[in-house]
Amino acid sequence: MALLEVTGLTKYYNKDAPALKDVTFSVKKGEFVAVIGPSGSGKTTLIRCINRLIEATEGKIKYSKAGDMLALRGRELRQARTGLGMIFQHYNLVSRLSVLENVLHGRLGYKGPLAGIFGIYTEEEKAKAVEVLTLLGLEDFMYRRCDQLSGGQKQRVGIARALVQDPRMILCDEPISSLDPGSAKVIMDYLRKVQREMGITIFINLHQVDVARKYAGRILGFNKGKLVFDGPAEELKNKQIKEIYGTEADDLILN
Amino acid sequence: MTSSSTNARAANLFLRRNKLYLSLFIGGMILLTAVTSRMTDFNFRDGIGAVPKVIVWSLHNFVPDAKALERLPKMLDKMADTVFMSIMSSVTAALFAFLFALTGSVTTRPNGFFAVLARGIALINRNIPVVAWAMIFLLTFGQSSFTGFLALFFTSFGLLTRFFMETIDEASVSTVEALRAVGASFPQIVARAVIPTTLPQLVSWILYMIEVNIRSATLVGLLTGSGIGFIFDLYYKSLQYKSASLLVILIMVVVLSIEVISNTLRRKIL
Repeated sequence: MALLEVTGLTKYYNKDAPALKDVTFSVKKGEFVAVIGPSGSGKTTLIRCINRLIEATEGKIKYSKAGDMLALRGRELRQARTGLGMIFQHYNLVSRLSVLENVLHGRLGYKGPLAGIFGIYTEEEKAKAVEVLTLLGLEDFMYRRCDQLSGGQKQRVGIARALVQDPRMILCDEPISSLDPGSAKVIMDYLRKVQREMGITIFINLHQVDVARKYAGRILGFNKGKLVFDGPAEELKNKQIKEIYGTEADDLILN
Repeated sequence: MTSSSTNARAANLFLRRNKLYLSLFIGGMILLTAVTSRMTDFNFRDGIGAVPKVIVWSLHNFVPDAKALERLPKMLDKMADTVFMSIMSSVTAALFAFLFALTGSVTTRPNGFFAVLARGIALINRNIPVVAWAMIFLLTFGQSSFTGFLALFFTSFGLLTRFFMETIDEASVSTVEALRAVGASFPQIVARAVIPTTLPQLVSWILYMIEVNIRSATLVGLLTGSGIGFIFDLYYKSLQYKSASLLVILIMVVVLSIEVISNTLRRKIL
């Protein structure tokens, strides 16, 4: 059964050219899906339309039990977002707060208004946060302020924050673009672990074609807002790469 | 070969043209100064020539004497009034400014219409000078320290709203996005993301506002008959320059120490 179903998704920022044009695809539970394409091809718009950080112009997005994401309002939308994790290129952590507090932010969607405002979490929530931090090898950094961490550590905190949400899917917006090659591999390996061992679906934007081929089971290729490739990683050959990037594969740095 | 030599000539021409613009600009400034000083009958040589005379006169009339020192306790009393009034008006203004900044900033605004409204109100408030506010409230509330408080409050509110809005837009875009994605509600986002990320800058702006308000309170007090401005006016108009000058020294000392205190605090919290 499909976990995410996107139908006819279109987004116009201005009248001239659409950022996304009639995009249709679906993602099954437990898949590792990579989205590739040149800058400005609509990758970021797509990922942000799914959890409504950006409002789509037209189309349907069905996610899990939430129904059509685009029809949700207020409380319902917040509830749907709760079951959908997200990690960012620039980590988007509150840098003056501790690692533990940032991870617990992942629980805010489940909390009542006052408990959320004053940051009052239950024993189970705290235990869960510690468990997730340990899984990601951050148990020694729990009380550290986030601005004292390295880029790779910050991104692991980002993953931890997404995991305590108990999500069925995690959206990843270019999570390794600001990292050095070593940290990038660590992050990709953790994402694979999350997908294989916890059965959480990974939906990831990538600039590195070879990384996408190595980790993803399935690849979506975008060019100028249109979905031009949708298939298993093995089927992504030079011909398809040319279609996505508009350039011969020999003229690209793929990794 | 030919193309590289044409390029070199073009580069040369480009640099020479930039130099020409600079000389034209400097020449224009000199000309403008000459014309305006002619029009206002201002003479540089006479102006500078008068400086030594001013110094001698000031030394005679503005050095505080024993009588001025006798009045010091009263001055300190009024000074304390002024300082407390500045702190009170800045802090109350900050409270309102934060709410308006949340409504008006691009990152956190809940609704486009209210955002424009909040920005508009803040804009009007900060573009009416503090003296004009004092005059307006003088008509309604008469000469009292409440009038002074209101005048300081409204300008500080307008300024702080703008500073806070910029701080929120600059510092918290990414964390607000992350917490929206998590499913947090608006008050939760404000409490867990906006306030923790912007707090040091907000406090720093409030401290700055207190400094500015102590300076303005002197001027406002002149009009509203309260605080340090009032007794300065009193001494000055009764030709007691030596007491007035002690007061000026006192104001300088207080403003400087507030500046030192707020700088230290700012360094501690950032």
